[in-house]
Amino acid sequence: MAEPMLKVEGLTKRFGGVVATDNVQFDVAPGELHAIIGPNGAGKTTFVAQIAGQLRPDSGTIHFDNVDVTHLTTPQRSARGLARSFQITSIFKDFSALQNVALAIQAHDGHSFRFWRPAAKDASLIEPAREILARVGLEARAHVLGGNLAHGEQRQLEIAMALATKPKMLLLDEPMAGMGADDSERMTKFLATLKRTYTILLIEHDMDAVFALADRITVLVYGRRIATGTPPEIRGNAEVRAAYLGEESVNA
Amino acid sequence: MSMTLRSWALAAGFVLLAIIPLIADAIGEPYYLTLFSRIMVFAIAALSLDLILGYGGMVSFGHAAYIGLGAYAVGALAHYEIYDGFLQLIAAMVGSALVAAFIGWFSLRTSGMYFIMITLAFTQMLFFLGVSLEEFGGDDGMNIRRSRFFGSPILNDDMTLYYVILATMALCTYFAWRFINSRFGMVVRGAMSNENRMQAIGFPTLRYRLVAFMIAGVMCGVAGYLLANITKFVTPEFMNWLRSGEILVMVLMGGMGTLFGPLFGAATFLLLEEILSSYTSHWQIIMGPFLVLLVLFAKRGLWSLIPARRSDG
Amino acid sequence: MDALLALEQTLNGVQFGVFLFLVSAGLTLVFGIMNFVNLAHGSLYMVGAYYAATIYEITGSFLLALIIIVPACLITGVLLELAVVRPLYRRDHLDQVLVTFGLILFFNEAVRMIWGPAARFMPQPEGLTGHVEMIPDAPYPVYRLVIIAVGLLIALFLFLLITKTRIGMLIRAGASNRPMVGALGINIRNLYTKVFGLGAVLAGIAGLMAAPVLSVQSGMGEEMLILAFVVIVIGGIGSIRGAFVASIIVGIVDTLGRTSIPILLKVFVSQTASQTAGPALASMLIYVLMAAVLFFRPSGLFAARTG
Repeated sequence: MAEPMLKVEGLTKRFGGVVATDNVQFDVAPGELHAIIGPNGAGKTTFVAQIAGQLRPDSGTIHFDNVDVTHLTTPQRSARGLARSFQITSIFKDFSALQNVALAIQAHDGHSFRFWRPAAKDASLIEPAREILARVGLEARAHVLGGNLAHGEQRQLEIAMALATKPKMLLLDEPMAGMGADDSERMTKFLATLKRTYTILLIEHDMDAVFALADRITVLVYGRRIATGTPPEIRGNAEVRAAYLGEESVNA
Repeated sequence: MSMTLRSWALAAGFVLLAIIPLIADAIGEPYYLTLFSRIMVFAIAALSLDLILGYGGMVSFGHAAYIGLGAYAVGALAHYEIYDGFLQLIAAMVGSALVAAFIGWFSLRTSGMYFIMITLAFTQMLFFLGVSLEEFGGDDGMNIRRSRFFGSPILNDDMTLYYVILATMALCTYFAWRFINSRFGMVVRGAMSNENRMQAIGFPTLRYRLVAFMIAGVMCGVAGYLLANITKFVTPEFMNWLRSGEILVMVLMGGMGTLFGPLFGAATFLLLEEILSSYTSHWQIIMGPFLVLLVLFAKRGLWSLIPARRSDG
Repeated sequence: MDALLALEQTLNGVQFGVFLFLVSAGLTLVFGIMNFVNLAHGSLYMVGAYYAATIYEITGSFLLALIIIVPACLITGVLLELAVVRPLYRRDHLDQVLVTFGLILFFNEAVRMIWGPAARFMPQPEGLTGHVEMIPDAPYPVYRLVIIAVGLLIALFLFLLITKTRIGMLIRAGASNRPMVGALGINIRNLYTKVFGLGAVLAGIAGLMAAPVLSVQSGMGEEMLILAFVVIVIGGIGSIRGAFVASIIVGIVDTLGRTSIPILLKVFVSQTASQTAGPALASMLIYVLMAAVLFFRPSGLFAARTG
């Protein structure tokens, strides 16, 4: 069996007396779409932050693409092919959609200590940026400022920027946050097209999307991993149902 | 390219600056030559601050330090009878770069109020250093001769110095324009807009901001170098933190985050100071409230009050 | 440096530190509670000194000056808050820096216009001049002891205010989580005005204490302002306790530094070099200290902010 793209072992993070991440262990196979779900307060945000490199775990290791990245910074992880999108939209509001994506491309096009030629006229940045915008369906909005895009379009731009960094794995943090039914459906269809090309770690609340897309699902409750399995396995798991529906139903 | 009101203002400005020496000569008021030389020097300083402030989001309250460094590069070397303008310029630029690297390395790890304070503190340190260097006159400062080029004291002619400064200002503005739109500039601007995102897409932002900080310091050092040549005098007062505040005000007055705002702001600030002080020695009592009103009501600076095309900046 | 000199210098350091506390307490409160950068705090200190000198000139009584200064500075502070500071709470720090910088220019000129450009001197109050021998053969200026006493009293007062009163509780809450306090329905605007007024009074009292020792003149506030900022950055913004500890540390480090560094230097370099570099290094010492603290503890020693 091939080495996992992402391997997390013994990940633990405490804030004062609260254990936000409790000795979590799991892995993501190459080309897999692995979803992480859990009720509110499960520690998903903290978990994502540690994978992405924004937060240092207290203990445990993270291996990405066979390399120990536990002590690497976020830019270093990005350079190795780990791209993330943010749950709370985090785009460049003062730049156009095209510039947003161009910047992401620029980040992986060597160093940026270039002081002379205008970046906006740099075809090696602009052309690929256009292509990616087209892929997510935003090419008509290329010149609209990020802050002026509709919420759903901003979420699309989030993904576009992650894709622009030519990643090996996408860490998608609630890509459908705040989306209505139509937008969510569109996003789900789009994410389906990304499967196989990219390894995807998907954090989501939207159960329809999760069960439609995921190869495997991991359930986090109070920072602990309580189950990992295929969608049917998770659907049938009593402990998972209890976590979502309350203690009473376990005895029911 | 259609001319907007802004472009007209700009063109008019440059034309005016080009002919000031001739006007000053004609009406027999050489003082205007000195005045506008100073304005242009501070325009360069303000522009350099805007690079990191308006485009980089780094609120440095220590920018006057580089004016001092540039000036003392001229002063110290002149004191030891090294008058070569090229050597002094190199000293000014290298000195500013090194000090900026040092200060930036510490300061850029902080943000917000702490960043303001730590840049301020470093400037104070340099100020005290200048005051205590008896060799260079301490807090009395010292008189110096103007720089020479190829052994020739061509800058002794005020008009020549003026045009050298004008050319330098034009050059700096051009560099700034290139810089802002370059890949490097985009990183700096992106880091101001959303540093988290920049890191997430793979930019190690600290090194870029540090280099930007250094570039701004070097450009301001050049301004200091020119200032010393105008005044033929160097003093630690160049590095007084209140000077840092004034440069900050110039950037804001003109409009930060724009290329020409700082130039406009420096001119406005110094001309206002000039006009007000000719009426009353108590001009600061007007300047103070004027500044207050400006920030409260014309936040984006006076330059932004001149209409431009929608996507102009 | 012998033990007696060391003791005297340490006491001087404590006195300077306590004095710094008077200057910086108001600043840290205003910055911590209202998140407002007040560069004009030094001007409030200066205004206090001018008020004190004037009242003393008219009445000849130091005590009267102390009593009258409180309402005078309170009114000055409150007027300033209502007129200029209020609109700025929701603006970013840069705007606040620029506006209060404008206020510095305004105040510096205003005192020149009202009191003239010449420095004013306030003599040390009678009864507080002279020395006292706490240790035999080691006279120490009474006035310095008075400063220490006044400073400690005010520190105690503030401590009681902050920990034992309702308004103190609001101040602590506001310092650690401002939005929450507003959400709880407390009249924030009122609270802010009171805090600003308190800050102005504290600064004014510092000005009063300083007047007999330093000369009262336009621009005297700025030097204190920078020191105050260094203190609150080291101590942790919003923390009175931090301001107190940091002030004492800064006071002692600065005073001892100024005496010992030239002496230390003489060991390593020539007489002239140590005379040149000594004072420079001593002046830079507290900034080095601040940079070091920021490097290891970026939020200061007693950071109050959680919200």
